[in-house]
Amino acid sequence: MSDLLGYLLTGLGIGAGFALVGSGMVVIHRVTRVVNLAQGAFAVLAAMLTSALLATGLPHGLAEGAGVLVAAGAGVLTGIVAIGRPGTEPGAALIITLGLGVLAYAVEVTVWGDQPRSYAGLPGAVTLGGARIQAHYLLVIAVTLPVFAALMAFFRGTDPGKALTACAENPYAARVVGIDVRRMGLLAFGLGGALGGLAGVLLTPVQQVTFDSDVTLIVNGFAAAVLGGLTRPGVALAGGLLLGVAQTLIAGYGGGAHQLEIALLVMLAVMVAQAVRAGSVREVAR
Amino acid sequence: MAAGAALAVSGASRAFGGVYAVRDVSLTLAPGELRGLIGPNGAGKSTLFALIGGQLRADTGTVRLDGTRIDRLPADRRARLGVGVVFQAARVFPGMTVLENVMVGAHGTTGAGFVAAVLRLPAHHREERLIRDRARACLARTGLAGWADRPAEALPLGQQRALQLARALCGQPRLLLLDEPASGLRAAERERLSALLTELRAEGITMLLVEHDVAFVMRVADRVTVLDLGRVIAEGSPADVRADPVVIDAYLGAGSPA
Repeated sequence: MSDLLGYLLTGLGIGAGFALVGSGMVVIHRVTRVVNLAQGAFAVLAAMLTSALLATGLPHGLAEGAGVLVAAGAGVLTGIVAIGRPGTEPGAALIITLGLGVLAYAVEVTVWGDQPRSYAGLPGAVTLGGARIQAHYLLVIAVTLPVFAALMAFFRGTDPGKALTACAENPYAARVVGIDVRRMGLLAFGLGGALGGLAGVLLTPVQQVTFDSDVTLIVNGFAAAVLGGLTRPGVALAGGLLLGVAQTLIAGYGGGAHQLEIALLVMLAVMVAQAVRAGSVREVAR
Repeated sequence: MAAGAALAVSGASRAFGGVYAVRDVSLTLAPGELRGLIGPNGAGKSTLFALIGGQLRADTGTVRLDGTRIDRLPADRRARLGVGVVFQAARVFPGMTVLENVMVGAHGTTGAGFVAAVLRLPAHHREERLIRDRARACLARTGLAGWADRPAEALPLGQQRALQLARALCGQPRLLLLDEPASGLRAAERERLSALLTELRAEGITMLLVEHDVAFVMRVADRVTVLDLGRVIAEGSPADVRADPVVIDAYLGAGSPA
């Protein structure tokens, strides 16, 4: 019983990270229709930078903040390259983001080397209902939930948030009310970068990061995002948490390291189900 | 072109695959004028509309708003300069309430900016409140006050167009472009629309009204421009245009007037 609670909380912590990566993809996809495959690179970049900054003696908080800010900047840059040219197809932009993700490997290996990096997170462990779990997992959850709440409030309650939603709903009409759709796309990329960066700096103390950690993050993040059809951040949160919990439970009870395969299976099943449903809708419409 | 024109289109042409949709059209609207734009199907009304609104760019010719050239600007820049657009098709934002739709219309007029919005600074709150009040007033004018908190996609089609009008008004336009605002409206709604257009004109908003319903245009417009096959074939007061044999010919040639 106490094992189960431990696995659950650990899973929620890991899942929160997936949800952050996934919601970043959702924010970008909603506004620009681009599936951003550089999303995991934002997390790795932020994590590597934070680790380097902490090594120079910068205190916690500042180092993580700098990591997230730089990831947001990397997001904007990715956006400029991917959608900066008017009329770039979302499919072409996707390939550009893939290329930028690979380019990020080169940069990260050159600057920080190819060895795994980590740093200390929130120290200690907490005993909850007989289960001992690392306190840092609770921190990850405690940061992620308010971030999602703020994200919702931003989209619903502020003018730039509403403008982003307007772009997502009808870019043609958005232009008519004076919204610069491309600029909003870059803003979405910046937000996506920040969310990815946050996932990176939060997860690194419990999962060391290497330059190619982005693959795990992107597969899990995308699997979480695809549950909500790549358009609903709230569903991405639920999806991410679910994935995290499922993976820790399977790893805990079944042993073995098949987490990535599970995420891939979930993603595939969801996409097949969605394609089948969309197909039947089309047939009915015909 | 006349000095002090609110809208001046000069020598505008636009071709699609070698066929001119609009050919060498010039059009000058005085400030506060309500101009009707009519013509048989395929006359180029919608293309001209899009050239002014920025959905299309002219191959040649210029478009000026209060003397400023806008023909090379994208639609969003034109909107921020004061061009409001109401499309014939329902182009609202589903997934947002009616009120939120109208509030987005003020996007081009907001000044507090992204940082203030995110940090929820007092300046942003003040502006947000102001826009909310303005949006409610615009909903009241277009007869949508009772729908404010409903999702936009729940509105019937005619009301979705009224919503677009409210959204455009919330942006406080100098020039309002209306594409067939009366189509699909019932008689009472049509009356309300014509009263609202008259009111807006009294407030000094310049309007270009593209309309299929010739009788409606003749009733509300100060002046009427007639397009046929991409060219201006007549222009003048409603009475003059109605009596113009060239106009009668164009309409009879393309079927009876609507």
